[in-house]
Amino acid sequence: MQILITLLLVLVLVPPAAAETIYVSNEQDNTVAVVDGATMTLQAAIDVGRRPRGMALSVDKKTLFVAEGDDNRIDVVDLAKRQVVGQLPSGADPEFFVVHPDGKRLFVANENDNQVSVVDIAGAKIIGTVDVGVEPEGMAISADGRTVACTSETTSMVHLIDAATLELIDNLLVDTRPRAAAFSVDGKQLWVSSEIRGTVTVFDTATRVQTGKIEFEVPGIRREGVQAVGIEMSRDGATAYVALGPANRIAEVDTKTFTVRRLYLVGQRPWHVALSDDQKQLISANGNSGDISFIDVENQEVVKSLPVGRGPWGVVIGP
Amino acid sequence: MAISNIQLGLLDLSLMRLALAVVGLLAIAVPTLAEPQTMVIGYLGEQRKLPLPLGPLDEAVTDDGLQGARLGIADDAGTSRFLGQQFRLKERILKPGEAPAEAVNAFAAAGISFVVADLDAAQLLQASAAPGAQRMTLFNSRDPDDGLRQENCRRNVLHTVPSRAMLADALAQYLVWKGWQHWFLLTGPHPDDLAMAAAFRRAATRFGAQITVDKPWTFRPANGRADTGHVTLQTEIPAATQVGDYDVLVVADEADEFGAYLEGRTALPRTVAGTQGLVATGWSAVDEEWGATQLQDRFHKQSGRWMLPSDYAAWLAVRSIGEAATRLHSLDPAAIAKYLRSDDFLLAGFKGQGLSFRPWDGQMRQPILIAGPRLLVSSSPQPGFLHQRTPLDTLGIDLEESACKF
Repeated sequence: MQILITLLLVLVLVPPAAAETIYVSNEQDNTVAVVDGATMTLQAAIDVGRRPRGMALSVDKKTLFVAEGDDNRIDVVDLAKRQVVGQLPSGADPEFFVVHPDGKRLFVANENDNQVSVVDIAGAKIIGTVDVGVEPEGMAISADGRTVACTSETTSMVHLIDAATLELIDNLLVDTRPRAAAFSVDGKQLWVSSEIRGTVTVFDTATRVQTGKIEFEVPGIRREGVQAVGIEMSRDGATAYVALGPANRIAEVDTKTFTVRRLYLVGQRPWHVALSDDQKQLISANGNSGDISFIDVENQEVVKSLPVGRGPWGVVIGP
Repeated sequence: MAISNIQLGLLDLSLMRLALAVVGLLAIAVPTLAEPQTMVIGYLGEQRKLPLPLGPLDEAVTDDGLQGARLGIADDAGTSRFLGQQFRLKERILKPGEAPAEAVNAFAAAGISFVVADLDAAQLLQASAAPGAQRMTLFNSRDPDDGLRQENCRRNVLHTVPSRAMLADALAQYLVWKGWQHWFLLTGPHPDDLAMAAAFRRAATRFGAQITVDKPWTFRPANGRADTGHVTLQTEIPAATQVGDYDVLVVADEADEFGAYLEGRTALPRTVAGTQGLVATGWSAVDEEWGATQLQDRFHKQSGRWMLPSDYAAWLAVRSIGEAATRLHSLDPAAIAKYLRSDDFLLAGFKGQGLSFRPWDGQMRQPILIAGPRLLVSSSPQPGFLHQRTPLDTLGIDLEESACKF
């Protein structure tokens, strides 16, 4: 009886794990893996178009948009049905994109066309394009919805675009082969990762002046092997997580001091990372080992790796 | 005491970086308003005798190398147009037998400091010795000759095309990684074939493979395209490959005279690798990894054909100059020439890691593709081949082995 009461107490007192679902795009399997965040188990694989990479949730979090690089379109996935229910045009070779905070538009990097395309979601049509540098890739949008940032890999720049007028505001030089861009939570900084140089460059968004440069050193790995790719900002603004690609690490960076607090050893070639809604769990999509790593950021440890398919690339966490 | 010195050094360095960053930002801001500054890059090629196509799918290409340099200019423009810089290509093709000195001197007179030298070794050495070349940097984008990186190295030459030693080492690492350690080396009659075979022998020794059979190819080049030519080959090749057991046939046939006839016709059922079959190469149209899809697509759109290794090497040369100009915010030739050879230079070349020039012989260090006829098979260096500086230096002539004296 006592044991039973204790058990009941334990059940009542331990808060239920957040009912979250992790979505991972497998670029070699042409699927989106569905993983239950609480049990850390693979639930399903949704068949999508060819070479899925960038993903984003709709503002109401009921729909997942998936960029299909080899099919030149964006698939619309109904998360309740777990299937593709529609398609949006994207321009050629969409790799990464962002949803505008108004929920009505997507801004898509067209890697082969040196353009950013603006897609009207309801009308399923392209309503504008912006010429940028060679091989646009990373996309970010400020929380106020005014500024879109796009990196171009071969040009080594981040392009700032006025989301309303689609004019180029500025083109800022960054380190070689930039991949991801991310605005800080307060919108005052823009972070851009460089794959070949293995750095993150930080700009002040008001003055557009470079205010910081983060370098990553991984013991035992030469500088060519340390490459910065995906960036995720914590909601409290204190921490950024940066995927280090072939160094098989995720770096935890203090956003005030730009110092690396610690490195997490994950699977092989992590591309992108995402934080759970409660900010306690970080997930990395590991391209070469075909798995995702679960990192408990409170206790600072990698707790599990889970095979999800071939070529995991993007990761998005939804309800 | 020693520790505090180091700390002081770090502090100095970070202050200097800050100062440099400020200078750099000023430099970006200014030239966008001014007239763009222009740099002209020379391209020096030579008319070559077209080899007879071996099979019906082979296409004759007359502009290989040149198209790569042109794409390099277009790619440089992606960044330079935002920085007030502009690049142009001045193209000059030597006639058969024409000495290169006059063309080099004409480039120099036109103020050209960087030349893509798409030349064979002898022509390259003549070009580098021309009076006009003394203040230039020439980029060897054509000749894999190891001598050009050793006793015939030149202070004013950088090599973007991999050496034979690099190609052989890359293939050897893959074959050894596979556990195919016993090689049948079959070598063609030409000096280039002999040089490639020498590189394969050196690589076998370096990485623990054994050449169990070492034979020259003594048959006259056959014409497989004659009607029922396959009948002759079907009897000839098994006879030529009737040897003791081995794991893999490594062929050295740079002239492409017989290597392609081996696969599927050898006496023993074995894989063919080397200059045909599974090839080690600086570039291949089958590669679409590390973002290469976009480069291949751009190239195909521009030229209407696939990108060849010579195109890629010429592209690397032009992009190296562009990358240096971007990082320096300057088109000053002396500064660019110095930066290219510095530790700080790193070029994104669609091979998964930054590329740089070896200071001891001017060779660009780069991963080497191991390519099949339709798909990429691997990329070397292979896992497990370690090096005290960088795994890329397990390929080719390393610092300690270098006979190059500038």
